[in-house]
Amino acid sequence: MLAKIKEKIRNCERLSKEEALALFYSDEIHEIGAIADEVSRKINSNRAYFIVNRHINPTNICVNRCRFCAFSRSKGDSGAYEMSIEEVLLNLKEAEKTLGYITEVHIVSGLHPYWEFEYYLDMISAIKKEFPKIGIKAFTAVEIDYFSKKSGFSVEEVLSRLKSAGLDIMPGGGAEIFNPDVRNIICPEKISGERWLEIIKTAHTLGIKTNSTMLYGHVESYEDRVEHLFKIRELQDETGGFLAFIPLSYQPENTDIKVPYPSGIDDLKTIAISRLVLDNIPHIKAYWIMLGEKLAQLALLFGADCLEGTVIEERIAHSAGARSKKGTTIDELVHLIKETGRTPAERDTFYNVIRTWQE
Amino acid sequence: MARVDKKQGLEILKEASLHELGKEADSLRKKLHPDGIVTFVIDRNINYTNICINKCKFCAFWRPKEHPEAYVISKEELAKKIEETIEKGGTQILLQGGVNPELGMDFYIDLLKFIKQNFKIHVHGFSPPEISYLSKKEGIPIREVLLRLHDAGLDSIPGGGAEILSDRVRMRQSPNKIKSAEWLAVMHEAHLLGMKTSATMMFGSIDAEEDIIEHLDAIRNLQDETGGFTAFIPWTFQPGNTELKRENPELMPAGAVKYLRVLAFSRIYLNNFKNIQVSWVTQGIKIAQIGLRFGANDFGSTMLEENVVRAAGVCYRVTMDEIIQAIKSASFKPAQRDAYYKIFRFFD
Repeated sequence: MLAKIKEKIRNCERLSKEEALALFYSDEIHEIGAIADEVSRKINSNRAYFIVNRHINPTNICVNRCRFCAFSRSKGDSGAYEMSIEEVLLNLKEAEKTLGYITEVHIVSGLHPYWEFEYYLDMISAIKKEFPKIGIKAFTAVEIDYFSKKSGFSVEEVLSRLKSAGLDIMPGGGAEIFNPDVRNIICPEKISGERWLEIIKTAHTLGIKTNSTMLYGHVESYEDRVEHLFKIRELQDETGGFLAFIPLSYQPENTDIKVPYPSGIDDLKTIAISRLVLDNIPHIKAYWIMLGEKLAQLALLFGADCLEGTVIEERIAHSAGARSKKGTTIDELVHLIKETGRTPAERDTFYNVIRTWQE
Repeated sequence: MARVDKKQGLEILKEASLHELGKEADSLRKKLHPDGIVTFVIDRNINYTNICINKCKFCAFWRPKEHPEAYVISKEELAKKIEETIEKGGTQILLQGGVNPELGMDFYIDLLKFIKQNFKIHVHGFSPPEISYLSKKEGIPIREVLLRLHDAGLDSIPGGGAEILSDRVRMRQSPNKIKSAEWLAVMHEAHLLGMKTSATMMFGSIDAEEDIIEHLDAIRNLQDETGGFTAFIPWTFQPGNTELKRENPELMPAGAVKYLRVLAFSRIYLNNFKNIQVSWVTQGIKIAQIGLRFGANDFGSTMLEENVVRAAGVCYRVTMDEIIQAIKSASFKPAQRDAYYKIFRFFD
């Protein structure tokens, strides 16, 4: 089976669902890793990317209660917080002071029941005005759906207005696992997988690029993972709007789904199989916040080509027991990449290379 | 198993891809341990003193005698720690200090007798720098030191203090510590007396591939002669709070890629070692799990207490249940072992 898959990959033929599933059940982690590594270098040559960015989560107040989430609060709960636009801007100013500059801001929040859509538009406009050079990656499909419901605007209208205000791309969160049976257990209040795909498709149609994700290692099966990957591949065939796919390794602490952390071997395998299945998505991201710096580095030899970025302050995964630091420095990212033998490449929001480090 | 020589070894360590190294090490591990069992030991690291004359630049644990945090453990404290270890199913203690110039043979004999009179526990203790210092301080040969300690209750010797058995690196990072030949001589004597020891290697500081080869070759040769090493345990230098980092601010901690390359390579090179241990305490649980596919077959110890790595700012804590779970989720069978790698308990 593995030999056949290897040959198909080398001939640039697509994997079938059966083949993808066989890879998940396979024990040949070194073989799978080596093929994924080969594919990754074919697509991105020897480069491994990172970005100088800051994550901002303007509020943790959320009407949903996803069982895997340790971040959400209700208004009035202890630990619930809300940031003003001034605070968001201040965070960015501080980030610039700490790192010298930043290239991108990543903004994701809970679904706040009282914040109006205008607030988000104002936030984006204010950031664009104050920091015209910073790429704005903001709002998952789940938030876009909520904005649409709250404002009465269509999804298309919501996205167009955000784009006019300065939104550059959208993150890939909220996809979790598309299978409705799994969603019913892990995030019953959240929009369906179909709706997620529909909103992302609308964004792509409007020329807004997005990322895509998959939260794995909770109650889903390998079959669910494969179905999920194929839905993403199909949409990408249609729109070409995905910049990156990010497998998210489940963090069980303080959540209502008590399962062990996925094994490091499962993490590497999932990264590698994502690279092999998603032949139409240019980048596979090893999100170091969730994997830890060590495993994320290793993933760069198992099919991933991007480490996310400096981040500075991560709140969501850390609420659920992520064992990584909350942020890192350019030097550390460059060091991690260099040790793998790949060429560190600092990128912008759209994966244009800003600079590289040669040996 | 075919043996790789130094020259071939250097080429492999420098040139082979991570995947090639991993695949080869994984298949060698499978041949040596075909049943898919991964062992661990329940123990506690007890550091009887942190006063140390060696002042190694990679170490953040040692204190000078006059420092407010300097200590020598009391018998009460030691007894309490051992009781807790036994309560938690522990079978051994790892007893290690700094090299404290005020402690002579009497102290060690008294300590060992106290432990053995009161507890049924394996004492894995005193690495070669401590043994060597005792020999000098008391003016008696190493063999005699070992015999007396053994008589008093010392069961086996940990492989600490090896770092890199390459004197050009030792001169720079631990100039006061015993040199390679002395480390090997202590282990040699111990093996001749029938005492088992482990072998360790700390790499990823200012060492090069050549130094790693020199280290592995030295312990492989000694193992050929004595067969006294139970296991090999490599780990990476942790720069936090160390003088080496202050002197070389550009020094970054070795990543998982370097760790796994060296781990896998050691499985390939050390063909006369039965067991290779992962270091979850420096690498974290996930990399340790991956290490089981890069040549390792042992998860080390539960380390109910660990002070030295923690002093360098790295703190991964795990329970026995987490270790068992981690081994299972990596698709191996967990088994508790004793100091001699004899399995006595499975977990289903």
